[in-house]
Amino acid sequence: MRLGIVTGKIWATRKDASLDGIKLYVLQPLDYLLAPQGSSLIAIDAIGAGEGDTVFWVGGGDATLAFDGRTIASDASIVGIVDSVHTEPDVM
Amino acid sequence: MVIGRVVGNIVATIKHELYQGSKILLVQPLATDRKTAMGNTMVAVDTVGAGIGEMVMVATEGKAASEIIGVPRGPIRSIIVGILDGVSQQS
Repeated sequence: MRLGIVTGKIWATRKDASLDGIKLYVLQPLDYLLAPQGSSLIAIDAIGAGEGDTVFWVGGGDATLAFDGRTIASDASIVGIVDSVHTEPDVM
Repeated sequence: MVIGRVVGNIVATIKHELYQGSKILLVQPLATDRKTAMGNTMVAVDTVGAGIGEMVMVATEGKAASEIIGVPRGPIRSIIVGILDGVSQQS
């Protein structure tokens, strides 16, 4: 799993049937200092996140399992909304 | 599994049900010198009581994760499975 921030929303009328009714967001991955890390991507929302939220998300095959009993055509799924991140100076 | 350092923790009220009750930490993977950061920061579920600053090993595959925490397969991937006391390596 990784951290990210929801930076935008996606609309797509014609898409795989498994994605019907599921929100698609543009997600920018973040490092532990909440600085952008890597390229942005599209992720499905499994928990009710919104634009501007800091979230954590799972990538790869496990992302298809974010909805109970269904397999979703997704390789990135938002699975938590981050309230706060605690780190310590000079931890690295 | 990868070697990383615990660099933070996360508070998240709203999360997928498989994460309920889990301690969620931030882990920065390390280069072979085990001092410099290398690669993307990970969010990982802690099963061993790790804390900030500790060097840990992280399993990063969903099947392993579900076996370790004893839940059905779901959207969980990275699990902290050990705290490293030391590493020896030929240079």
